[in-house]
Amino acid sequence: MTALTLRVNGRDRTVDLGDPDTPLLYVLRDDFALHGPKFGCGLGQCGSCAVIVDGQAVRSCMTKAASVAGKTIVTLEGLGSPDKPSKVQAAFIAEAAAQCGYCTNGMIMTATALLGRNPRPSEAEVRTALASNLCRCGSHVRVVAAVLRAAKEG
Amino acid sequence: MNTIIGRRAFLQGTAGLVVTFTIPCGAQASPATLDPEKVDAYLAIAPDGSATVYAGKVDLGTGARVAIPQIVAEELGMRPERIALVEGDTALTPNQGGTGGSTGIMVGGMQIRQAAATARQGLITLAAARLNQPAETLDTADGAVVPRAGGPGVGFGALVGGGRFDLAVDKNVKPKNPDNYKVVGKSLPRPDLPAKLTGRHDYVQDIRVDGMLHARVIRAPAIGASLRSVDAASIAHIPGAQVVRVKDFLAVVAPREWDAVRAMRALRASWSETAGLSGSQTLFDTVRNTPVARSETLRNIGDAASVFAQGGRVMTASYRWPIQSHASMGPSCAVADIRAGGGTVWTAAQGTHRLRQVISQLLGLDAAKLRLIYQDGSGSYGGNGNDDVAFEAALISRELSRPVRVQWMREDDLGWDPKGPPQLLDLRAALNAAGDVMAWETVAMVPQNNPAPTGTPLIAAVAAGLVDGSGMSSGQTAANSDPPYLFANVRADIKWLAATPLRPSALRAPGKIGNVFAVECFVDEIAAATQADPLQFRLSRLKDPRAIEVLTRVGQMMAWKPRTTPRPVSDWRGGAVLRGRGISYMRYKQNENYVAMGMEVEVERSSGKVRVTRVFCAHDCGQMINPDNVRAQVEGSIIQTISRTLLEEVKFDASRVTTTDWSSYPILAFPDVPKLEIALIDRPHERALGAGEAATAPVAAALGNAVFDATGARLREAPFTPARVKAALAASV
Ligand code: FES
Ligand code: FES
Repeated sequence: MTALTLRVNGRDRTVDLGDPDTPLLYVLRDDFALHGPKFGCGLGQCGSCAVIVDGQAVRSCMTKAASVAGKTIVTLEGLGSPDKPSKVQAAFIAEAAAQCGYCTNGMIMTATALLGRNPRPSEAEVRTALASNLCRCGSHVRVVAAVLRAAKEG
Repeated sequence: MNTIIGRRAFLQGTAGLVVTFTIPCGAQASPATLDPEKVDAYLAIAPDGSATVYAGKVDLGTGARVAIPQIVAEELGMRPERIALVEGDTALTPNQGGTGGSTGIMVGGMQIRQAAATARQGLITLAAARLNQPAETLDTADGAVVPRAGGPGVGFGALVGGGRFDLAVDKNVKPKNPDNYKVVGKSLPRPDLPAKLTGRHDYVQDIRVDGMLHARVIRAPAIGASLRSVDAASIAHIPGAQVVRVKDFLAVVAPREWDAVRAMRALRASWSETAGLSGSQTLFDTVRNTPVARSETLRNIGDAASVFAQGGRVMTASYRWPIQSHASMGPSCAVADIRAGGGTVWTAAQGTHRLRQVISQLLGLDAAKLRLIYQDGSGSYGGNGNDDVAFEAALISRELSRPVRVQWMREDDLGWDPKGPPQLLDLRAALNAAGDVMAWETVAMVPQNNPAPTGTPLIAAVAAGLVDGSGMSSGQTAANSDPPYLFANVRADIKWLAATPLRPSALRAPGKIGNVFAVECFVDEIAAATQADPLQFRLSRLKDPRAIEVLTRVGQMMAWKPRTTPRPVSDWRGGAVLRGRGISYMRYKQNENYVAMGMEVEVERSSGKVRVTRVFCAHDCGQMINPDNVRAQVEGSIIQTISRTLLEEVKFDASRVTTTDWSSYPILAFPDVPKLEIALIDRPHERALGAGEAATAPVAAALGNAVFDATGARLREAPFTPARVKAALAASV
């Protein structure tokens, strides 16, 4: 057992890792009961598992938990709550930018990181930033509208 | 910890709807009956006058979770935020059939409307006695029965709160006049989104039960292979990992999820050599050579055969639609806790009541002791892996007498979900000298619907030797293979094929996308061959005003100028990027929604890449309960089907599916998603139809027609991959 401490959503949390290579996704979902990040592919291809590490959107299925010790990790839960959603979450709610909502964690985390480095992106920049975030339901048009709304209201 | 019993959503709040989830208590915990003929199966009123609605149909990300309360609020005369909804729990909701075929609102919502209308009348009768006033003078408003003339009324809670209606659903009670609607027809917000978008919503993937083990299933290297031996020692180094084997069904479990994944990868097993598939390279030869189990004449108007026998100008074409995957974003998942002859399964399956019968039959359980609880999953679009994974969880749980969570991996979901089957359509048209269509003939080849007693055979049930794998069903795949136009002689024959290479199931709008692709592209071929404008050609052969309206609207949206197709050669020869427009029309299953679709495309000559730049859609689904939900479904239908048309094709070798990740089975991504312009035509006095499928059906045809308009190359096989487009371009010059 390897004890690992991670700073998640502003709190230090410790976990006994069995396998030292355990991906961050499994620690967040199973050990910390943070279900915002979703398992979509485990291959880095879809974005469902995205979290923000030191301001960057990263794919937690491809990130070893041990590699982010000492960094600042934020999950969908850490951005806001139903009563106090973040600016991006509020924009997604206002635009009803989800159908099943399974992919939406990735959309919101990636968009939040985008707006962190580029507060006023063009529509083309939004689409490029989300190019490797997949959605099967076809919520794309609303997702783009939500990100642009968040940027405008920012 | 989420051991959820009878969870329900309470809609609350004043400025819009906010959802919270609470464990129900007291009198409202369960309905008085599950008999779908009874009002009490659908509706209970609490002493405080709030209502609980029990729906067998579920919200699949479609918005039924707000639409169904809207219907009830309207009929009863109460605020929607006072209505809680329970969905798809076999212990709490009536069996309304599965949530498929766009029946959520069209069938399920309308049953509930009738129950609510009956309940309203019952409330008025009770209040008439209580208030000593004639029933005709009473109305309902804001949760109370009130005299129309004014004066004190009596609240629903005081009339039946905590009790039962004891009324049969009365088909003769007239629901409210749509002219007076206050709640139906409004785009109330979906109550589940704030929790979903802040990570507080429990998907089936998030369910955790005390003492639960994580499982992963080990797939055979070839479909139908049998398991020779398993080397349990190969996972001995993984804490708590354990092998579960039932004949050829093989799984591993472990207390920690990642350890189950590691065990799945580490486990050594030896399988028989099997290579019984024909391979996707020769798919349509296989289809054409498959024995016909049964023939059916879908449509026979006039006498097409004798017109063809006369000779003259005849056009022919064959259209092909490939095998496709549901390709859900989240791999299928379920949790089961089976012991002592019964138990609970948490599942995102679209038909919990039916699946309960299947699982109890396969495992020899008493169905009455098995409870299936619907829990949201990733969008499923028909029969994806949800039924399979629920059975796998139940099987493993039964073997271990422990709660078990089975999570499919990406390769399970793309490799092993039952597929949308291939379609092959041969079309013929006889034209007279004036270019009129004198006869039309369709011969459509699709796999038969021959369900086993347990529906589409589940992989694990076949592997465990509980059923044979011969049953199959993939929905109403013949519909829309006949043209919707006024042709004098039309014949459409279906050859129901005895077999199909990969296990089929219903995939969104089963068969209709491929059929409309064939019919509406062939109509375009005829228009082109007769120098007719494609829009005028269609409009002049329709007489239903609702059909004419959707097509006319799309024409207006596109600023359509009549001309022949393809675009004149002088316009495009030599261009690096060719541009064109296309349209299509269909009425879903020939008796539901009217949809017209227009597309503008760009075709890059050097690469063969097709890009859709703009989409125009006019959609008439009769009465709309919640227009924004309808719009979202239409948007999703269009985007998903552009993806299916341009990119998606399941490939397989002699052993198994080889397109098992997002690089080998790509779907449309943000840079290629076009602008959408959608006109929703509301007809409050018409029957409310579904909205989850119809707009998918004309997409491929409009896209193919637009590519033809741009290039003069006719694509008769999807997907329109760059290689296929380049070959068609080369052949057409
Ligand atoms: S689950 Fe991590 S990218 Fe798909
Ligand atoms: S909203 Fe369902 S996958 Fe994106």
